[in-house]
Amino acid sequence: MSNEKNVSVIVNGSEVKFVTPSHRTLLEALRHEGFVEIKCGCEKGDCGACAVLLDGEPVDSCLTLAWHVDGREVTTIKGIGHHGKADPLQKAFIETGAAQCGYCTPGIIIAAKSLLKDNPNPSLADIKRGLSGNLCRCTGYTRIFEAVQLAAKELRAEGEAA
Amino acid sequence: MLPPFDLCEPQSLADALQALSKHSDARPLAGATNLVPDLRDKRETCRNFISLEALDELRYIKRDGGRVTLGARTTIADILDDDGMKTDAPALYASAQIFGGAMVRTAATIGGNICCGSPSADSVPPLLTLDADVTLSSACGERTVPIDEFYVDYKKTVMRSDEMLTSVSWNVPPQGSANLFYKLARRKGDAITVTGVAVMIAVQGGVCSTARIALGSVGPTIFRAGAAEDMLMGKALSEDIIEQAAKAAADRCSPIDDIRAGAGYRLQTAHSLTRRLVTQAWQQIA
Repeated sequence: MSNEKNVSVIVNGSEVKFVTPSHRTLLEALRHEGFVEIKCGCEKGDCGACAVLLDGEPVDSCLTLAWHVDGREVTTIKGIGHHGKADPLQKAFIETGAAQCGYCTPGIIIAAKSLLKDNPNPSLADIKRGLSGNLCRCTGYTRIFEAVQLAAKELRAEGEAA
Repeated sequence: MLPPFDLCEPQSLADALQALSKHSDARPLAGATNLVPDLRDKRETCRNFISLEALDELRYIKRDGGRVTLGARTTIADILDDDGMKTDAPALYASAQIFGGAMVRTAATIGGNICCGSPSADSVPPLLTLDADVTLSSACGERTVPIDEFYVDYKKTVMRSDEMLTSVSWNVPPQGSANLFYKLARRKGDAITVTGVAVMIAVQGGVCSTARIALGSVGPTIFRAGAAEDMLMGKALSEDIIEQAAKAAADRCSPIDDIRAGAGYRLQTAHSLTRRLVTQAWQQIA
Protein backbone atom coordinates (compact mmCIF):
# COMPACT_ATOMS: atom_id res chain seq x y z
CA MET A 1 0.00 0.00 0.00
CA SER A 2 1.28 3.48 -0.79
CA ASN A 3 -0.08 6.96 -1.26
CA GLU A 4 2.22 8.75 -3.70
CA LYS A 5 3.32 8.06 -7.26
CA ASN A 6 5.41 9.67 -10.00
CA VAL A 7 3.21 10.04 -13.05
CA SER A 8 4.34 10.70 -16.60
CA VAL A 9 1.53 11.39 -19.04
CA ILE A 10 1.34 12.72 -22.59
CA VAL A 11 -1.09 15.66 -22.69
CA ASN A 12 -1.94 17.01 -26.15
CA GLY A 13 1.26 15.45 -27.50
CA SER A 14 3.71 16.71 -24.85
CA GLU A 15 5.01 14.87 -21.83
CA VAL A 16 3.89 16.14 -18.42
CA LYS A 17 5.39 14.80 -15.18
CA PHE A 18 4.11 15.24 -11.66
CA VAL A 19 3.93 13.52 -8.29
CA THR A 20 0.41 12.69 -7.22
CA PRO A 21 -1.13 11.45 -4.00
CA SER A 22 -3.53 8.53 -4.46
CA HIS A 23 -6.59 10.67 -3.78
CA ARG A 24 -5.97 13.32 -6.46
CA THR A 25 -8.25 13.29 -9.48
CA LEU A 26 -7.01 13.80 -13.02
CA LEU A 27 -9.08 17.01 -13.10
CA GLU A 28 -7.28 18.44 -10.08
CA ALA A 29 -3.84 17.29 -11.26
CA LEU A 30 -4.13 18.68 -14.80
CA ARG A 31 -5.69 21.99 -13.78
CA HIS A 32 -2.83 22.34 -11.29
CA GLU A 33 -0.41 21.77 -14.17
CA GLY A 34 -2.05 24.64 -16.06
CA PHE A 35 -4.55 22.80 -18.22
CA VAL A 36 -7.38 25.07 -17.10
CA GLU A 37 -9.32 24.43 -20.32
CA ILE A 38 -10.60 21.34 -18.47
CA LYS A 39 -13.62 22.65 -16.58
CA CYS A 40 -14.64 21.66 -13.08
CA GLY A 41 -18.40 21.20 -12.77
CA CYS A 42 -20.31 18.77 -10.57
CA GLU A 43 -17.31 16.57 -9.60
CA LYS A 44 -19.51 13.48 -9.57
CA GLY A 45 -19.74 12.38 -13.18
CA ASP A 46 -23.06 13.98 -14.00
CA CYS A 47 -22.23 17.11 -16.02
CA GLY A 48 -19.33 16.14 -18.30
CA ALA A 49 -17.69 19.60 -18.15
CA CYS A 50 -14.38 17.94 -17.18
CA ALA A 51 -14.37 15.37 -20.00
CA VAL A 52 -11.06 14.54 -21.67
CA LEU A 53 -9.99 11.77 -24.01
CA LEU A 54 -7.88 9.12 -22.26
CA ASP A 55 -6.15 6.96 -24.87
CA GLY A 56 -8.85 8.20 -27.25
CA GLU A 57 -11.83 7.28 -25.07
CA PRO A 58 -13.91 9.92 -23.29
CA VAL A 59 -13.75 9.95 -19.48
CA ASP A 60 -14.82 12.33 -16.75
CA SER A 61 -11.50 13.59 -15.35
CA CYS A 62 -13.25 14.26 -12.02
CA LEU A 63 -13.82 10.49 -11.62
CA THR A 64 -10.41 9.39 -12.89
CA LEU A 65 -7.54 9.06 -10.44
CA ALA A 66 -4.41 10.89 -11.66
CA TRP A 67 -2.53 7.81 -10.36
CA HIS A 68 -4.04 5.72 -13.18
CA VAL A 69 -2.90 7.82 -16.17
CA ASP A 70 0.82 7.05 -15.87
CA GLY A 71 2.13 6.15 -19.34
CA ARG A 72 -1.10 7.08 -21.08
CA GLU A 73 -2.29 9.85 -23.40
CA VAL A 74 -4.74 12.61 -22.55
CA THR A 75 -6.36 14.98 -25.04
CA THR A 76 -8.05 18.15 -23.80
CA ILE A 77 -10.13 20.56 -25.85
CA LYS A 78 -6.91 22.41 -26.77
CA GLY A 79 -5.57 19.20 -28.24
CA ILE A 80 -8.69 18.90 -30.42
CA GLY A 81 -8.04 22.29 -32.05
CA HIS A 82 -7.38 25.94 -31.35
CA HIS A 83 -7.44 29.42 -32.87
CA GLY A 84 -6.16 29.26 -36.41
CA LYS A 85 -6.42 25.48 -36.45
CA ALA A 86 -9.95 24.76 -35.27
CA ASP A 87 -11.50 21.31 -35.50
CA PRO A 88 -14.63 21.00 -37.68
CA LEU A 89 -16.59 20.47 -34.44
CA GLN A 90 -15.32 23.75 -33.02
CA LYS A 91 -16.13 25.57 -36.29
CA ALA A 92 -19.62 24.04 -36.28
CA PHE A 93 -20.23 25.21 -32.70
CA ILE A 94 -19.33 28.78 -33.78
CA GLU A 95 -21.37 28.50 -36.99
CA THR A 96 -24.56 27.33 -35.29
CA GLY A 97 -24.23 29.42 -32.13
CA ALA A 98 -24.10 26.27 -29.98
CA ALA A 99 -22.20 27.90 -27.11
CA GLN A 100 -23.75 30.41 -24.75
CA CYS A 101 -21.83 30.71 -21.48
CA GLY A 102 -19.46 28.10 -22.93
CA TYR A 103 -18.61 26.31 -19.70
CA CYS A 104 -19.93 22.94 -20.89
CA THR A 105 -18.55 23.33 -24.43
CA PRO A 106 -15.09 21.73 -23.98
CA GLY A 107 -16.63 18.59 -22.47
CA ILE A 108 -19.36 18.43 -25.10
CA ILE A 109 -16.85 18.71 -27.95
CA ILE A 110 -14.73 15.97 -26.35
CA ALA A 111 -17.78 13.66 -26.14
CA ALA A 112 -18.85 14.58 -29.68
CA LYS A 113 -15.33 13.95 -31.01
CA SER A 114 -15.44 10.44 -29.59
CA LEU A 115 -18.92 9.86 -31.01
CA LEU A 116 -17.94 10.96 -34.54
CA LYS A 117 -14.79 8.82 -34.49
CA ASP A 118 -16.92 5.70 -33.93
CA ASN A 119 -19.95 6.85 -35.93
CA PRO A 120 -19.36 9.35 -38.76
CA ASN A 121 -23.07 9.52 -39.64
CA PRO A 122 -24.96 9.59 -36.34
CA SER A 123 -28.73 9.85 -36.08
CA LEU A 124 -30.21 12.38 -33.68
CA ALA A 125 -30.76 9.51 -31.22
CA ASP A 126 -27.08 8.51 -31.56
CA ILE A 127 -26.02 12.11 -30.85
CA LYS A 128 -28.26 12.28 -27.78
CA ARG A 129 -26.77 9.01 -26.50
CA GLY A 130 -23.24 10.23 -27.23
CA LEU A 131 -23.88 13.45 -25.29
CA SER A 132 -25.89 11.77 -22.52
CA GLY A 133 -23.15 12.54 -19.99
CA ASN A 134 -23.03 16.26 -20.72
CA LEU A 135 -25.28 18.89 -19.21
CA CYS A 136 -25.81 22.36 -20.68
CA ARG A 137 -27.94 24.70 -18.61
CA CYS A 138 -28.07 27.51 -21.23
CA THR A 139 -28.91 26.32 -24.69
CA GLY A 140 -31.60 23.66 -24.45
CA TYR A 141 -29.31 21.47 -26.61
CA THR A 142 -31.00 22.11 -30.00
CA ARG A 143 -28.08 24.06 -31.44
CA ILE A 144 -25.57 21.67 -29.91
CA PHE A 145 -27.23 18.78 -31.77
CA GLU A 146 -27.25 20.91 -34.95
CA ALA A 147 -23.55 21.65 -34.49
CA VAL A 148 -22.67 17.95 -34.17
CA GLN A 149 -24.77 17.15 -37.24
CA LEU A 150 -23.06 19.94 -39.18
CA ALA A 151 -19.58 18.81 -38.12
CA ALA A 152 -20.43 15.22 -39.05
CA LYS A 153 -21.49 16.40 -42.51
CA GLU A 154 -18.29 18.46 -42.93
CA LEU A 155 -16.12 15.56 -41.83
CA ARG A 156 -17.85 13.16 -44.22
CA ALA A 157 -17.38 15.66 -47.08
CA GLU A 158 -13.67 15.99 -46.14
CA GLY A 159 -13.39 12.20 -46.06
CA GLU A 160 -14.93 11.89 -49.53
CA ALA A 161 -12.68 14.63 -50.95
CA ALA A 162 -9.54 13.00 -49.54
CA MET B 1 -10.83 17.09 -2.72
CA LEU B 2 -11.08 13.43 -1.92
CA PRO B 3 -10.05 12.22 1.54
CA PRO B 4 -6.57 10.64 1.55
CA PHE B 5 -6.46 6.86 1.10
CA ASP B 6 -3.92 4.13 0.44
CA LEU B 7 -3.79 2.43 -2.91
CA CYS B 8 -1.94 -0.57 -4.24
CA GLU B 9 -1.81 -1.55 -7.87
CA PRO B 10 -1.31 -5.30 -8.31
CA GLN B 11 -0.18 -6.42 -11.76
CA SER B 12 -1.97 -9.77 -11.72
CA LEU B 13 -5.20 -11.23 -10.38
CA ALA B 14 -3.20 -13.57 -8.12
CA ASP B 15 -1.43 -10.57 -6.56
CA ALA B 16 -4.73 -8.72 -6.18
CA LEU B 17 -6.28 -11.67 -4.34
CA GLN B 18 -3.21 -11.96 -2.10
CA ALA B 19 -3.46 -8.24 -1.27
CA LEU B 20 -7.17 -8.66 -0.53
CA SER B 21 -6.55 -11.54 1.88
CA LYS B 22 -3.67 -9.67 3.56
CA HIS B 23 -5.53 -6.37 4.06
CA SER B 24 -8.90 -7.29 5.50
CA ASP B 25 -10.00 -3.63 5.47
CA ALA B 26 -9.13 -3.11 1.78
CA ARG B 27 -11.59 -3.10 -1.08
CA PRO B 28 -11.18 -3.39 -4.85
CA LEU B 29 -11.32 -0.23 -6.96
CA ALA B 30 -12.20 -0.54 -10.65
CA GLY B 31 -13.94 2.20 -12.69
CA ALA B 32 -14.49 4.20 -9.48
CA THR B 33 -17.49 6.04 -10.99
CA ASN B 34 -19.52 5.34 -7.83
CA LEU B 35 -16.58 5.23 -5.47
CA VAL B 36 -15.14 8.69 -6.18
CA PRO B 37 -18.45 10.54 -5.55
CA ASP B 38 -19.03 8.35 -2.47
CA LEU B 39 -15.57 9.23 -1.11
CA ARG B 40 -16.10 12.90 -1.88
CA ASP B 41 -19.50 12.98 -0.16
CA LYS B 42 -18.21 10.89 2.79
CA ARG B 43 -20.61 7.99 2.15
CA GLU B 44 -17.57 5.76 1.69
CA THR B 45 -15.44 5.24 4.80
CA CYS B 46 -12.92 2.69 3.46
CA ARG B 47 -9.40 4.16 3.13
CA ASN B 48 -7.55 1.19 1.63
CA PHE B 49 -8.07 0.28 -1.99
CA ILE B 50 -6.70 -2.31 -4.35
CA SER B 51 -6.72 -0.90 -7.86
CA LEU B 52 -7.80 -3.32 -10.60
CA GLU B 53 -6.66 -0.86 -13.28
CA ALA B 54 -3.81 -3.07 -14.51
CA LEU B 55 -5.83 -6.31 -14.59
CA ASP B 56 -6.62 -6.62 -18.29
CA GLU B 57 -7.00 -10.35 -17.62
CA LEU B 58 -10.39 -9.49 -16.10
CA ARG B 59 -11.53 -7.52 -19.13
CA TYR B 60 -13.05 -9.92 -21.66
CA ILE B 61 -16.24 -11.21 -23.26
CA LYS B 62 -16.01 -14.98 -23.82
CA ARG B 63 -18.43 -17.28 -25.56
CA ASP B 64 -18.32 -21.03 -25.10
CA GLY B 65 -21.17 -22.99 -26.64
CA GLY B 66 -24.28 -21.28 -25.38
CA ARG B 67 -22.53 -19.70 -22.39
CA VAL B 68 -21.41 -16.06 -22.23
CA THR B 69 -18.91 -14.87 -19.61
CA LEU B 70 -17.91 -11.29 -18.89
CA GLY B 71 -14.77 -10.55 -16.92
CA ALA B 72 -15.48 -8.24 -14.00
CA ARG B 73 -13.37 -5.39 -15.48
CA THR B 74 -15.43 -5.38 -18.70
CA THR B 75 -16.79 -1.87 -19.07
CA ILE B 76 -20.32 -0.85 -19.96
CA ALA B 77 -18.89 0.66 -23.17
CA ASP B 78 -17.30 -2.75 -23.98
CA ILE B 79 -20.77 -4.33 -23.77
CA LEU B 80 -22.16 -1.73 -26.19
CA ASP B 81 -19.21 -2.24 -28.58
CA ASP B 82 -20.02 -5.97 -28.85
CA ASP B 83 -22.87 -6.43 -31.34
CA GLY B 84 -23.38 -10.02 -30.21
CA MET B 85 -24.62 -8.77 -26.85
CA LYS B 86 -27.82 -7.55 -28.56
CA THR B 87 -28.90 -11.20 -28.87
CA ASP B 88 -26.82 -12.78 -26.11
CA ALA B 89 -28.30 -10.49 -23.45
CA PRO B 90 -30.94 -8.17 -24.95
CA ALA B 91 -32.04 -6.60 -21.66
CA LEU B 92 -28.44 -6.09 -20.50
CA TYR B 93 -27.61 -4.40 -23.82
CA ALA B 94 -30.68 -2.18 -23.44
CA SER B 95 -29.66 -1.22 -19.91
CA ALA B 96 -26.11 -0.43 -21.07
CA GLN B 97 -27.46 2.04 -23.63
CA ILE B 98 -28.98 4.22 -20.92
CA PHE B 99 -26.38 3.54 -18.22
CA GLY B 100 -24.97 6.80 -16.78
CA GLY B 101 -23.56 9.08 -19.45
CA ALA B 102 -21.06 8.32 -22.22
CA MET B 103 -17.99 9.11 -20.09
CA VAL B 104 -19.26 7.02 -17.17
CA ARG B 105 -19.87 4.09 -19.55
CA THR B 106 -16.19 4.24 -20.63
CA ALA B 107 -14.98 3.76 -17.05
CA ALA B 108 -17.74 1.88 -15.20
CA THR B 109 -17.36 -1.89 -15.03
CA ILE B 110 -19.94 -4.68 -14.90
CA GLY B 111 -18.28 -6.07 -11.77
CA GLY B 112 -18.47 -2.72 -10.04
CA ASN B 113 -22.12 -2.26 -10.90
CA ILE B 114 -22.96 -5.71 -9.54
CA CYS B 115 -20.87 -5.29 -6.37
CA CYS B 116 -21.97 -1.78 -5.42
CA GLY B 117 -25.19 -3.47 -4.28
CA SER B 118 -27.28 -0.43 -5.11
CA PRO B 119 -31.01 -1.16 -5.65
CA SER B 120 -30.78 1.10 -8.71
CA ALA B 121 -27.84 -0.69 -10.40
CA ASP B 122 -29.10 -0.93 -13.97
CA SER B 123 -27.20 -4.01 -15.10
CA VAL B 124 -28.59 -6.17 -12.31
CA PRO B 125 -32.31 -6.64 -13.21
CA PRO B 126 -31.26 -7.85 -16.70
CA LEU B 127 -28.68 -10.25 -15.18
CA LEU B 128 -31.35 -11.62 -12.82
CA THR B 129 -33.64 -12.35 -15.78
CA LEU B 130 -30.72 -14.13 -17.48
CA ASP B 131 -30.34 -16.29 -14.35
CA ALA B 132 -26.68 -15.29 -14.30
CA ASP B 133 -24.00 -16.70 -12.00
CA VAL B 134 -21.23 -14.66 -10.43
CA THR B 135 -17.78 -16.05 -9.66
CA LEU B 136 -16.25 -14.94 -6.38
CA SER B 137 -12.49 -15.49 -6.13
CA SER B 138 -10.13 -15.37 -3.20
CA ALA B 139 -6.57 -16.47 -2.45
CA CYS B 140 -8.03 -19.83 -1.28
CA GLY B 141 -10.09 -20.58 -4.37
CA GLU B 142 -13.32 -19.59 -6.03
CA ARG B 143 -17.03 -20.25 -5.79
CA THR B 144 -19.99 -19.64 -8.04
CA VAL B 145 -23.14 -18.01 -6.70
CA PRO B 146 -26.42 -17.47 -8.57
CA ILE B 147 -26.87 -13.71 -8.78
CA ASP B 148 -30.35 -14.24 -7.34
CA GLU B 149 -28.65 -15.30 -4.08
CA PHE B 150 -25.90 -12.66 -4.16
CA TYR B 151 -27.76 -9.82 -2.45
CA VAL B 152 -28.87 -10.13 1.15
CA ASP B 153 -29.86 -6.57 2.11
CA TYR B 154 -29.32 -2.93 1.14
CA LYS B 155 -25.73 -2.80 -0.23
CA LYS B 156 -25.02 -6.14 1.46
CA THR B 157 -23.93 -9.22 -0.46
CA VAL B 158 -22.73 -12.72 0.38
CA MET B 159 -19.20 -11.80 -0.71
CA ARG B 160 -16.55 -12.11 2.03
CA SER B 161 -14.01 -9.32 2.59
CA ASP B 162 -11.22 -11.51 1.13
CA GLU B 163 -13.25 -12.24 -2.00
CA MET B 164 -13.60 -10.37 -5.26
CA LEU B 165 -16.13 -10.81 -8.02
CA THR B 166 -14.13 -11.90 -11.07
CA SER B 167 -16.77 -12.79 -13.67
CA VAL B 168 -20.46 -13.09 -14.46
CA SER B 169 -21.88 -15.67 -16.85
CA TRP B 170 -25.20 -16.87 -18.24
CA ASN B 171 -26.75 -19.06 -20.90
CA VAL B 172 -27.77 -17.33 -24.13
CA PRO B 173 -31.58 -16.90 -24.18
CA PRO B 174 -33.32 -19.65 -26.17
CA GLN B 175 -35.09 -19.19 -29.50
CA GLY B 176 -38.64 -18.03 -28.92
CA SER B 177 -37.78 -15.84 -25.95
CA ALA B 178 -38.00 -12.12 -25.30
CA ASN B 179 -35.76 -10.29 -22.82
CA LEU B 180 -36.70 -6.67 -22.14
CA PHE B 181 -35.63 -3.87 -19.77
CA TYR B 182 -37.24 -0.58 -18.93
CA LYS B 183 -35.71 2.17 -16.84
CA LEU B 184 -38.07 4.80 -15.50
CA ALA B 185 -36.10 7.94 -14.65
CA ARG B 186 -36.21 11.68 -15.16
CA ARG B 187 -34.32 11.31 -18.43
CA LYS B 188 -32.71 8.64 -20.58
CA GLY B 189 -29.17 8.33 -19.30
CA ASP B 190 -27.28 10.30 -16.66
CA ALA B 191 -30.09 9.63 -14.19
CA ILE B 192 -30.68 7.32 -11.26
CA THR B 193 -33.47 4.82 -11.80
CA VAL B 194 -36.85 5.45 -10.12
CA THR B 195 -38.20 2.03 -11.09
CA GLY B 196 -36.36 -0.55 -13.20
CA VAL B 197 -37.96 -3.70 -14.58
CA ALA B 198 -36.51 -6.54 -16.64
CA VAL B 199 -38.38 -9.59 -17.93
CA MET B 200 -37.47 -12.80 -19.70
CA ILE B 201 -40.41 -14.65 -21.23
CA ALA B 202 -40.11 -17.78 -23.40
CA VAL B 203 -42.88 -19.67 -25.16
CA GLN B 204 -43.08 -23.36 -26.01
CA GLY B 205 -46.13 -25.09 -27.46
CA GLY B 206 -48.21 -21.95 -27.04
CA VAL B 207 -47.62 -21.60 -23.31
CA CYS B 208 -45.15 -19.63 -21.22
CA SER B 209 -42.17 -21.92 -20.55
CA THR B 210 -39.83 -19.43 -18.85
CA ALA B 211 -40.90 -16.45 -16.80
CA ARG B 212 -38.41 -14.24 -14.99
CA ILE B 213 -39.27 -10.81 -13.65
CA ALA B 214 -36.71 -8.64 -11.84
CA LEU B 215 -37.37 -5.29 -10.21
CA GLY B 216 -34.94 -2.56 -9.20
CA SER B 217 -35.20 0.56 -7.00
CA VAL B 218 -38.35 -0.75 -5.31
CA GLY B 219 -36.81 -2.45 -2.29
CA PRO B 220 -33.53 -2.72 -0.35
CA THR B 221 -32.16 -5.08 -3.00
CA ILE B 222 -32.96 -5.87 -6.61
CA PHE B 223 -35.05 -9.04 -6.59
CA ARG B 224 -37.04 -11.55 -8.65
CA ALA B 225 -40.79 -11.55 -8.26
CA GLY B 226 -41.15 -15.33 -7.86
CA ALA B 227 -44.89 -15.42 -7.14
CA ALA B 228 -45.58 -13.35 -10.24
CA GLU B 229 -43.37 -15.63 -12.34
CA ASP B 230 -45.22 -18.73 -11.07
CA MET B 231 -48.54 -17.20 -12.16
CA LEU B 232 -47.29 -16.99 -15.75
CA MET B 233 -45.65 -20.42 -16.05
CA GLY B 234 -47.41 -23.02 -18.19
CA LYS B 235 -50.12 -20.63 -19.35
CA ALA B 236 -51.10 -18.96 -22.59
CA LEU B 237 -50.81 -15.40 -21.36
CA SER B 238 -54.00 -13.33 -21.40
CA GLU B 239 -54.50 -9.73 -20.35
CA ASP B 240 -56.07 -11.05 -17.15
CA ILE B 241 -53.22 -13.37 -16.21
CA ILE B 242 -50.61 -10.68 -16.93
CA GLU B 243 -52.53 -8.17 -14.80
CA GLN B 244 -52.64 -10.61 -11.87
CA ALA B 245 -48.91 -11.30 -12.18
CA ALA B 246 -48.14 -7.56 -12.37
CA LYS B 247 -50.13 -7.07 -9.18
CA ALA B 248 -48.23 -9.91 -7.50
CA ALA B 249 -44.94 -8.31 -8.57
CA ALA B 250 -45.97 -4.97 -7.07
CA ASP B 251 -47.04 -6.75 -3.85
CA ARG B 252 -43.48 -8.03 -3.49
CA CYS B 253 -42.06 -4.46 -3.56
CA SER B 254 -41.15 -2.45 -0.45
CA PRO B 255 -40.09 0.91 -1.85
CA ILE B 256 -39.07 4.03 0.06
CA ASP B 257 -39.82 7.71 -0.47
CA ASP B 258 -36.75 9.58 -1.61
CA ILE B 259 -35.72 12.64 -3.58
CA ARG B 260 -36.52 10.90 -6.88
CA ALA B 261 -40.01 9.54 -6.22
CA GLY B 262 -42.52 8.59 -3.56
CA ALA B 263 -43.08 4.98 -2.52
CA GLY B 264 -46.64 5.07 -3.90
CA TYR B 265 -45.45 6.14 -7.32
CA ARG B 266 -42.82 3.39 -7.31
CA LEU B 267 -45.43 0.75 -6.44
CA GLN B 268 -47.76 1.95 -9.15
CA THR B 269 -44.99 2.04 -11.78
CA ALA B 270 -43.62 -1.37 -10.74
CA HIS B 271 -47.13 -2.71 -11.40
CA SER B 272 -47.68 -0.93 -14.72
CA LEU B 273 -44.15 -1.52 -16.07
CA THR B 274 -44.32 -5.25 -15.25
CA ARG B 275 -47.65 -5.46 -17.05
CA ARG B 276 -46.28 -3.51 -20.00
CA LEU B 277 -43.05 -5.50 -20.39
CA VAL B 278 -44.65 -8.95 -19.97
CA THR B 279 -47.30 -7.94 -22.52
CA GLN B 280 -44.68 -6.68 -24.97
CA ALA B 281 -42.55 -9.79 -24.49
CA TRP B 282 -45.50 -12.12 -25.04
CA GLN B 283 -46.56 -10.21 -28.16
CA GLN B 284 -43.04 -10.57 -29.57
CA ILE B 285 -42.91 -14.34 -29.25
CA ALA B 286 -46.40 -15.87 -28.98
